[in-house]
Amino acid sequence: MFYREAGDYKTSYTDDGQTFPIKFDRYRYYFVLFVAFALIPFMLNDYWVNAIFMPFLIYSIAAIGLNILVGYCGQVSLGTGGFMAVGAYACYKFMTGIDIWLGGVQYALPPINIFLSVILAGGVTAIVGVLFGLPSLRIKGFYLAVATLAAQFFLVWLFNKWEWAYNYSASGQINAPERFVFGVPVTGPNTEAWATYLFCLVFVTIVAVLARNLTRGASGRKWMAIRDMDIAAEIIGVNPLKAKLTAFAVSSFFIGIAGALFFSVYLGAVEVGEAFGINKSFLVLFMVIIGGLGSIFGSFAGAAFLVLLPVLLKNVLVGGLGWPTDLAAHLEFLIVGALIIAFLIAEPHGLAQLWRVAKEKLRLWPFPH
Amino acid sequence: MNDMSADGYVTEDGRKIGGTLMEMKNITLRFGGVKAITDISFDIREGEIRAIIGPNGAGKSSMLNVISGFYVPQEGEVWYKGARRPQMKPYEVAQQGIARTFQNIALFEGMTVLDNVMTGRLNKMKTGLLSQAIWKGKAEREEVENREKVEKIIDFLEIQAIRKTPVARLPYGLKKRVELARALAAEPSILLLDEPMAGMNVEEKEDMSRFILDVNDEFGTTICLIEHDMGVVMDLSDRVVVMDYGKKIGDGTPDEVRSNQAVIDAYLGVSHD
Repeated sequence: MFYREAGDYKTSYTDDGQTFPIKFDRYRYYFVLFVAFALIPFMLNDYWVNAIFMPFLIYSIAAIGLNILVGYCGQVSLGTGGFMAVGAYACYKFMTGIDIWLGGVQYALPPINIFLSVILAGGVTAIVGVLFGLPSLRIKGFYLAVATLAAQFFLVWLFNKWEWAYNYSASGQINAPERFVFGVPVTGPNTEAWATYLFCLVFVTIVAVLARNLTRGASGRKWMAIRDMDIAAEIIGVNPLKAKLTAFAVSSFFIGIAGALFFSVYLGAVEVGEAFGINKSFLVLFMVIIGGLGSIFGSFAGAAFLVLLPVLLKNVLVGGLGWPTDLAAHLEFLIVGALIIAFLIAEPHGLAQLWRVAKEKLRLWPFPH
Repeated sequence: MNDMSADGYVTEDGRKIGGTLMEMKNITLRFGGVKAITDISFDIREGEIRAIIGPNGAGKSSMLNVISGFYVPQEGEVWYKGARRPQMKPYEVAQQGIARTFQNIALFEGMTVLDNVMTGRLNKMKTGLLSQAIWKGKAEREEVENREKVEKIIDFLEIQAIRKTPVARLPYGLKKRVELARALAAEPSILLLDEPMAGMNVEEKEDMSRFILDVNDEFGTTICLIEHDMGVVMDLSDRVVVMDYGKKIGDGTPDEVRSNQAVIDAYLGVSHD
């Protein structure tokens, strides 16, 4: 009854172009923000944070990043894992301090604040993403996917071999030292659930708002024009190389942030092949596809679906039905896989489309004609 | 008959036609061994409606593609605004103020009508990536300014009601109109229309003709169009180029073209006796 724009008049283009034009949506958005920032931190324990909230938040960032590239700009990428690795290792270098040799002289950069480290790591990843995005001018579709696969394997190989990247540690792992934000530890062994949660939540909120602003404005239209019909985009004056490369840059920036958080705040210690392998690329791509291509909300929905579903299944199978853990773990894969297929057949445009249809119905409810 | 002097004249219905805006000089375009266009020269004057007609396969669309930078002719020069145009990419041609529509509609199907028309103004939107990400301030101001311009065009073409409809849902005739809106949004100096009335019924053709005349009249936009419907072409255009088998066989006012023997032969065929 109250979910409609009737009577909710817009008198300026600013109002008309806002993210949530319907009042109810707007309040719901503020409500979600309020709950996420003010209520959840007080109700958390370690299990909830580590099993659900942290992976959900971090994968949401990665999915938003990939969605900009795949969903908005139409450039398929399988290099997400590799780009997350760049973010993780760059963050590691920034937070532990970097030694650089220039002309035979060693310069030592002091360790940088963790918040800045994460953002700078995103910046480094953006540069790497642009480099691997260069072939996108010439190759399209599946062929581009294969080209980005090269990025995935190359980057993982690089961080295995390049000792400088992991500070010559004997194990080849990188370990996040303890770092503080406003005196509260957010990385290292002594973190508290609410601190790490809030740290990631701040990034998620910023990333989502930035992504939304970019996709609703001129850049977003350029990307979507390239996605829908690149020839027509060029004829109206869109430089295809520039548009594609900015998409790669922005996408990689967000994915780099996700990688940095994944390593420093969530896992704490990372071995590159294990944490950022090809599996990660596919996982994030599935999130984007299941959530809905070309939708910020879809990125959240997809991340939630693929993070929550296994946890839920485990709780039902092991906790509810009392099955042995190993059997449940194997069946979990089967069920998740089957659900993904069933879901994609039922709604190929993803959870975001379901959400859109539901809203469409709600607007007319209870008089659908 | 009008006096078509070099710096312009006034048409019977009172529109001002200026000097030469674009000139094609001896254009030859080959695809491998096939000559699509052979040594064609013609000019487009400021403010006029210029038509290119000809039977199927005459090279009309190729000519339009040369103008919009899709094809690079092997020989000949394109002169635009008094200077020879160097070889450039289609998007650079667009940035110079040449907009076009396509024979088969080339809209962005995944976007709404409003977004589609807004893409026409991408060249005018110069805000950097960072201010766009922040949105408040510069980017928002620019968005609203351009939205105002776009709304005027939406008003003009009477597509207000479908503003927020995804283009994929629209019928053919409306899609053609949206495509015209997108091209107009760029405020082009020359508007190239590739068969704007193909596949339309009589009423839709009348609507479209009216819009084309209005655009020319209201914004003073120079229009170069390809069309098969002879009635439409003869009524709308100030001057007509006739092509056949890649060659120019006629050029002049509709009346001149209509009485040109070569044109009549091309359209009606020649008796071989």
